[in-house]
Amino acid sequence: MKKVYLLVVFVLLALLVVPVAAQEAEPGAKLVIESWRQDDIPIWNDVIIPAFNKVHPEIEVIFQPTKQEDYNGQLNTRLAGGTAGDLITCRPFDPSLKLYESGYLANLNDLPGMQFFDSSAKVAWTTDDGSVTYCVPMASVIHGFMYNKTAFEQKGWKVPVTKDEFWALLDAIKADGEYIPLAMGTHDLWESATMGWYNIGVQNYKGEEGRLALINGTAKFTDPPYVKTYEELGKWAPYLPDGYQSVQYSDAQQLFTMGRAAIYPTGSWEISVFEPMINGAFEMGAFRVPKDNADDPCYISDHTDIGIGMNVATKYPEAVKIFLNWVATPEFATLYANNMVGFYPLAKIDYTIENPVAQEFLSWRKDCQSSIRISASIIGRGEPGMDTDIWQTSANVINGTMTPMEAAQYVQDALAKWYKPQQK
Amino acid sequence: MNATRKIRKPFPWHLVVFIAPALIIYVIVMVIPLLDSLTLSFFTEDPNNARNTIFVGIQNYKYLFTDKYYAPIFWGAFKNNIVFFLIHMLVQNPIGLLLASVLCKGGKIRNFFRTVLFIPTILSFVLVGFVWKLILSPVWGVSKTILNIFGLGGLFRPWLGLEETALITCSLISVWQYIGTPMILFYTALIAIPDELMEAAYVDGANAWQIFWRVKFPLILPTVGLVAMMTFVGNFNAFDLIYTMQGALAGPNLSTDIMGTLFYRTFFGQQQQMPNQTLGATIAAMQFIIILIGVVIYMIWQKRTTTYEY
Repeated sequence: MKKVYLLVVFVLLALLVVPVAAQEAEPGAKLVIESWRQDDIPIWNDVIIPAFNKVHPEIEVIFQPTKQEDYNGQLNTRLAGGTAGDLITCRPFDPSLKLYESGYLANLNDLPGMQFFDSSAKVAWTTDDGSVTYCVPMASVIHGFMYNKTAFEQKGWKVPVTKDEFWALLDAIKADGEYIPLAMGTHDLWESATMGWYNIGVQNYKGEEGRLALINGTAKFTDPPYVKTYEELGKWAPYLPDGYQSVQYSDAQQLFTMGRAAIYPTGSWEISVFEPMINGAFEMGAFRVPKDNADDPCYISDHTDIGIGMNVATKYPEAVKIFLNWVATPEFATLYANNMVGFYPLAKIDYTIENPVAQEFLSWRKDCQSSIRISASIIGRGEPGMDTDIWQTSANVINGTMTPMEAAQYVQDALAKWYKPQQK
Repeated sequence: MNATRKIRKPFPWHLVVFIAPALIIYVIVMVIPLLDSLTLSFFTEDPNNARNTIFVGIQNYKYLFTDKYYAPIFWGAFKNNIVFFLIHMLVQNPIGLLLASVLCKGGKIRNFFRTVLFIPTILSFVLVGFVWKLILSPVWGVSKTILNIFGLGGLFRPWLGLEETALITCSLISVWQYIGTPMILFYTALIAIPDELMEAAYVDGANAWQIFWRVKFPLILPTVGLVAMMTFVGNFNAFDLIYTMQGALAGPNLSTDIMGTLFYRTFFGQQQQMPNQTLGATIAAMQFIIILIGVVIYMIWQKRTTTYEY
């Protein structure tokens, strides 16, 4: 009897010890998360970190974001100086690849949680040869247009499907005079590219087809689909707010959420920012990029945007791995999808989204073909790089200081300067 | 023993003791980093190991001056920086001198104005940039309303967003902010001039205009030179105001890009643009050389110019 009793005690002890020993965090572990999402501070502090602490109360997590435009530069400096946080929120593709190659990000191939992701989700944070993945994929964002649904219903405006309908709608809103047709400015430059070029371009160059054609060197930036994108962008100018040349991102956000603008070209990431700003004053809707003909296939910019990786220099590697494994769980994905409304988890799990606008964006994934931003992978390298070039040229075209063809030529020349497949 | 014993002064150890702390700190935080940065400009990142650098001689400089895409950006920033400096020289310093002369006139509210005019200089550039962006904003800005009051609403333009006006606007905001420095320097130089000189000139029949240009101005000429050099050094190191107002890409179309913002983007990277620390160091070296040339010209001028003792 005594032996049996002892055996039971031993088995129980063993059961207790083994899993704990395998996943023990360093005592007093305190993890700092580097991020560019300042808008997400309340959600991390009130929802995500408490949920993690329910499972792992022994690990303290601090969410410490940087201003979005400064993130890459400041992160690089902090990593080089050894003062960066333990968990690094990863930009997709090259910026993070460079961090891995410089030895700042750890290899996460052996992280058990990685099994929840397809290779398509991991591609943004995997080396060119596919051998090493260095960030856990968190979410993607989908581009489109948001609109003031209440105003549309009042005025009898219809959501456009074709480009002709889109221009007619903009004319109608302008003629009506009560609303600014499109809320966007060119002062901060990046919106011209992110809300403009990347948003509408994908439909013109047929998503992955046009993106890969540039990478393979079978298409040039001066080909019609890319130039056409600039041409359409240039036509936006009369519908933008007065003095759009010095209207900033925050001004455009305010114009739309205060109900002074009818349409806001953007992406799904804005939903969680806008809802508290609108605060029920009107209903928001979303429509996808207009097409040439109503029966054309549709393409959307569905950009793998956020991952999270481990700083090699962290003092608490075990605690970091525990956190990253938790990020890979369905629990986190559901929590994230419903709190970071507009960011769509990349894990192979089923999740439900309550928010109707977020549902609308997500529904396009079923009907349309997804593609990532054109400058994100491979051809974005170079100095200063295709992304910066598209920022500048898109803003120039809208400001009327560059023609669409000049803009496309500039980007093409800058690419051909260093990219072999484009030098034929 | 007839040899004359040389009387040697004891080595002035006390001087060493007094100079050492400042010298050591200056060498550690200024001289060594400067030399290190200059050295870095002759290296480039090793493509096989991102943490290593390899020696490439003057290749970075060649790239900066001749590359089809980077050279126009560099010369554009250089040209903009000269415009930025000229606007300061032609607007900030003359107005500073004017304000200083007016303040010298005395009057009860002199102290009040002296303080008020100096306040922007001690404000944070972040605050100055933010406030001016708001004032000039086409959406919320008060400038449009003020122009409307005078019936000049048609003159309103999105100044910060137009290539032709953005640099001038930023320069004038910087002038507004830093006008206090030349004003105070001119003011202290002007009040140091003994009253007897002015009285003598007055007795000799000079009018106020003549007194200023013939008596006061030659006496404060060293200060004029000093202010010009400070403006030059400050302007070619400038970065913060442009960065807060126009961002690191110094838009629109790089029209407000100056050496400081170009350096920042190159050295620290910008969004998808990767940081290139060796090329960044090359730009920093160019800033150093430009400033050095300016300072040398100032030193030569200062040696030649006559200073008066009174």
